[in-house]
Amino acid sequence: MTDITTRPADGGAGGTALSLKTFAPAIFLAPAVLLLAVYLLYPLVDSFRLSMFDWNGLGSDARFVGLDNWKKLASDALFWEAAWNNILLAFFSVVVQMPIALVLAVVLDNAGKGSRILKILYFLPLLMSSVALGVLFKYFYDVTFGPLNALLDFVGLGYLAQDWLGDTRFALGAVIAVVCWQYIPFYMVLFMAGLASFPADISEAAKLDGASETTIFWKMKLPHLKGTIRTAIVLSVIGALRYFDLIYVMTGGGPEGASELMATYMYRNVFSSFQLGYGSTVASGMFIVVILIASVLMRFSKRYETEV
Amino acid sequence: MASSPVARVAGRIAVPVLGLFWLAVTTVPFLFMVMTSFKSQQESFSSSVWALPEALDLVNYRSVLEGPFLTYFKNSVMVVVISVVLIMLISAMAAFAFARMRFRFNDALFGLIVAGMIVPIHITLVPIYLMTRQMGLYDSQFALIGPYVATSLPISVFILTEFMRQIPKELEEAARLDGCGPFAIFFKVFLPLSGPGLSTIAIYNGIMLWNEFIFAYVLTSSTGTRTLPLAIWDYQGQYTANIPAILTVVTLTSLPLVVAYAFGQEKIVKGMMAGSLKG
Repeated sequence: MTDITTRPADGGAGGTALSLKTFAPAIFLAPAVLLLAVYLLYPLVDSFRLSMFDWNGLGSDARFVGLDNWKKLASDALFWEAAWNNILLAFFSVVVQMPIALVLAVVLDNAGKGSRILKILYFLPLLMSSVALGVLFKYFYDVTFGPLNALLDFVGLGYLAQDWLGDTRFALGAVIAVVCWQYIPFYMVLFMAGLASFPADISEAAKLDGASETTIFWKMKLPHLKGTIRTAIVLSVIGALRYFDLIYVMTGGGPEGASELMATYMYRNVFSSFQLGYGSTVASGMFIVVILIASVLMRFSKRYETEV
Repeated sequence: MASSPVARVAGRIAVPVLGLFWLAVTTVPFLFMVMTSFKSQQESFSSSVWALPEALDLVNYRSVLEGPFLTYFKNSVMVVVISVVLIMLISAMAAFAFARMRFRFNDALFGLIVAGMIVPIHITLVPIYLMTRQMGLYDSQFALIGPYVATSLPISVFILTEFMRQIPKELEEAARLDGCGPFAIFFKVFLPLSGPGLSTIAIYNGIMLWNEFIFAYVLTSSTGTRTLPLAIWDYQGQYTANIPAILTVVTLTSLPLVVAYAFGQEKIVKGMMAGSLKG
């Protein structure tokens, strides 16, 4: 504890109490440290070890190949295309989600009583599992039975109807749209919290000085949200780099790799082509890419704590 | 004032219009899901997608519930409850040590655990898969508990440590003067006072694990051991063409969280935000 000596030593009993206290941190930390060592640290190291083997995961015929897998990864166009798709996902997540979320936050900020119920309803997609959403939107986009094409037809835009997930030109965009649909409310709530923390008396004073709502927003509230927006960007980029479930369920990375991400590519190598060694190389490569980008991002944007 | 009347009217219209527009964007997919779940397979092919169901037919629900759906449900409840209880206990213990004990490497170890938040779980997938096979846990519900608890620990330890640092030192001093050792102080003072922090991590991790897909997908393989997100996956694999039946499963799977949400929206929104923000 903070101060061992505050407790009066009472002979022999004091000795055991002292040793108990010395070991107390270890006892309290042991379960967490043990679990993290077994299920996080060891797998991390093991993945790098496996990345140097050629192995189908079944027999005991794993063959050590040194850095061959890494050389293969460096020139594996499929992996870099997948990484590029991750970056596109990150870019469009930020560019689409942030402005819409900000507009909605401002709208709800001004909506008075109705804002609570709207916020609650908007938030619903965030409770859904990505498998549920993936399956739901797979049918939503369906070329013949999907409501999206039916909707386009209904409003006279039938010529825009597409095989959204089956066409290499649209698959990634269609999936990004679902990601945005799900996460915009998250950033909206974040921005609402930021707006709510803007001191009311300051905007009152500005109004008395003749500033319009628009001016107050652009000149005062938006700068006030700078930290929150930075946090939002970091979160959405890191999220985009690790994306898997939704895309795996909706397209499996296809068609022809059009929506392949690093994680889906890793999964395919391990569990479809049974290349455990090379799959581990892909996973380790993904880890390095994520850590690199994340640390660059963190450096450029000190994380701001926002209370919700 | 400074804003012209035109701008003010435009502003007054824009708020409800945009508010309702996004409401439509959010609800249309759900509407499609629920409406289709009441249609027969025949109807879903022949009538327009946006036509209301001919009758409020529960036949899809009946047939899904008569199938193995409840087994998936039971597995989900079991795995999530056990995992969340363990997460709360283990992360509270660690948080107590980090928040209130002085020992060597306190800051370094805390930093290391918190850094675990950034590790993409996909890198752990193959080693954990191999390890689970070796432990003989493959294709059992218990295979999931280890990875679930471990991957939830970094964020949970972080949130609870922040929380416990706020608990006044005086309470701890008083307990110590009453002769309480570290264990008594933890169980009698810190655990009860950490209620709000514990509920945040329970809500956040509960929802995340209820929806978890990839570990469940890789570490279990049979209907008897799989959890709800896999129910959707398995059904859509088996009945590709029966869209109403599959969307019934999706609806039923989402129902428990929607019901929970109906009772505690504020808490759930808060918990989800806190968890994702720090994670």
